[in-house]
Amino acid sequence: MKTENTYTTTQLVGLVLLRMIIGWHFLYEGIVKVLNPKWTSYGYLMDSKGWLQSFFQSLAENFSLLQAVDFLNEWALLLIGLALIVGCLARVATIGAMVLLAFYYLSHPPLIGYTFLMPSEGSYLWIDKNIVEIAALFVLYVFPTSGIVGIDRWWRRIRN
Amino acid sequence: MNKLDREKVEGQPESSTRRELLKTIASVPVLGAMAYGVYKRSKYDRMRRDLSDVFKLDNLTPPVMETQPDGKQIRIGLIGFGIRGKQLMRGIGFAEPQYIENLKEAHKRNPKDTRYADFMEQENLNVVVNGVCDIFDVYGEAAILTGSNLHREGLNGHYAAPPKRYRHYRELLAADDIDAVIIAAPDHWHGTMAMDAALAGKHVYLEKPMTWTVPETYRLREIIKQTGVVFQLGHQGRQTDSYLKAKEIIEKDILGHVSLIEVCTNRNDPNGAWVYDLIEGSSPETIDWKQFEGNADRIKEYLDYMRENGLERYVGPDSRDRFSLERFFRWRCWWDYSTGLSGDLLTHEYDAINQIMNLGIPHSATSSGGIYFFKDGRTVPDVLQTSFEFTNHDLTMLYSATLSNQRNRGKVFMGHDASMELSNTITILVDPRSTRYREKIDSGIIQPDVPFFRYVPGQTDTDAITSATELYFAQRGLLYSYVNGKKYDTTFLHLREWLECIRRGGQPSCNIDKGFEEAITAHLGTRAYLEGRTMYWDADKELITRG
Repeated sequence: MKTENTYTTTQLVGLVLLRMIIGWHFLYEGIVKVLNPKWTSYGYLMDSKGWLQSFFQSLAENFSLLQAVDFLNEWALLLIGLALIVGCLARVATIGAMVLLAFYYLSHPPLIGYTFLMPSEGSYLWIDKNIVEIAALFVLYVFPTSGIVGIDRWWRRIRN
Repeated sequence: MNKLDREKVEGQPESSTRRELLKTIASVPVLGAMAYGVYKRSKYDRMRRDLSDVFKLDNLTPPVMETQPDGKQIRIGLIGFGIRGKQLMRGIGFAEPQYIENLKEAHKRNPKDTRYADFMEQENLNVVVNGVCDIFDVYGEAAILTGSNLHREGLNGHYAAPPKRYRHYRELLAADDIDAVIIAAPDHWHGTMAMDAALAGKHVYLEKPMTWTVPETYRLREIIKQTGVVFQLGHQGRQTDSYLKAKEIIEKDILGHVSLIEVCTNRNDPNGAWVYDLIEGSSPETIDWKQFEGNADRIKEYLDYMRENGLERYVGPDSRDRFSLERFFRWRCWWDYSTGLSGDLLTHEYDAINQIMNLGIPHSATSSGGIYFFKDGRTVPDVLQTSFEFTNHDLTMLYSATLSNQRNRGKVFMGHDASMELSNTITILVDPRSTRYREKIDSGIIQPDVPFFRYVPGQTDTDAITSATELYFAQRGLLYSYVNGKKYDTTFLHLREWLECIRRGGQPSCNIDKGFEEAITAHLGTRAYLEGRTMYWDADKELITRG
């Protein structure tokens, strides 16, 4: 684990800000879904395209699987967001966030010739904002900050 | 933590411990900002959706008549095993073995094609098929095999005892091991067969349209009422979940006064234009052409009307006794057997509207159209507009159809306060000039360009749309299309309702009175087209007049 001594203050501020901004994004996406009892990933999954299209659609078409997917997705988003913001178990949360985003990317890959029901707000070729966020999370993974600013700092103290 | 760090922390002055704590919880206040944001946002959303004073809908679920577990078995006779006859047989659980094989094959090719599993899971309606009748040998033989396929098996399966095949429908009606008949013959036979069936004491499920000629419409109503048999007309749309919700919306006056309803049926392929395949094995030897020609009394009624009104150009052009495969398989293309767009497609639309608004028979009908694309020798139009005036309801219902473009125009109810677009789902848009919702529009609670309400079957609450994402998917049909996790076939439900009314008594949803309204309405439209003038309904005398 790196320490604060290895970052300049500006670097540390930048990394912590990045962590909190991504955390905010995840947390709000999770809260919106948890608060809306009608929310379901059915439409999104059914709109999947690409290599794993049939896998995602089969999740949607099985009612109990769909319920499980919905539950896991909304609570994973919420808890990951929370973890990144407060810096608690941030490494695990970072990996979880990357896995979730990878699923979104794989279900809606911005490949040539694919159009999706939900129009995107920008124009993408191969790289979309999911990939950008995954890359940002990877940066957070290799430059962790929660041991410096965050609850993980306390864990670390207890462990030591 | 490295050595240097640890040294800093352990046994340190108080200021250092405080700094340590600050660093640990520095980002926690962000959660407060999030909580505040979520609170503000949900308050805004609640204000936006505060429609409780104007929008009160119940969470009604469709009243489905379940099959009684200990009900008596009903013995069915089928008349007509063409395209629709095959579908109706599947509706009561009997499919051709080859059809089952095709479904299995389709599932193998595409695991998401679940029609095989759906059909196998379709509830057993406790019926047996004892008799079948078709005047084409290939269909007749296929009907026997289908009627014996009690266990829904594929080729080379174990079939039950085969039903008896009757060459003439009257022989089938005379059989005493048949309680009820399903009639799926061509239009020109509908009324006659239904009357004969009722007189023979059989309950009747009759495909739409109810009748081919006007005079038989009155007689059929009389006979059904006299005999007291259970009669159901084949408008399976009666079982559509969203129509029940639409009825409630109309009853609660959410749209304001509805002055115009637009209904359409657009298709764009030969099959949709009734250019069906000529089936292999068909010839004068395998088709009972004499019986196909029709009932002599009905033909007389038809020809009398055409001649009396100078409409001979719509008769034929072939002589009725001349054998023709085109006319046998594509009978819908000629008035000699058909009721055209009015009988085939308009009736479904009208019945849906009649179910929702209880309009009854219109005051008048005016039609226009022509044969503009399928110039294949047909006499019925492939483009038709009919406007029906319901003066006692202060509204017009406009039907508009083409058989050479399949643009979906939906059923739209135009009210002073809101419009409702109806299909399997419902969307309501508030009118920007609505009087009733004025205040809510001005205060931004209702945005006229955003659907005010969306109903999707299977969703239990009837809240307004909660997110743009939901709206996108809902509009494209990608929300639950099944009730309680189960997809229902409306034809199956319609047949089940009829069978349960036979068992328990009671009137099915599309009974003879509704059928009478459907038939007269369609005839008004047809006559308006044929005669090129507005036709009127004299409600007191129950007569079609020319004003």
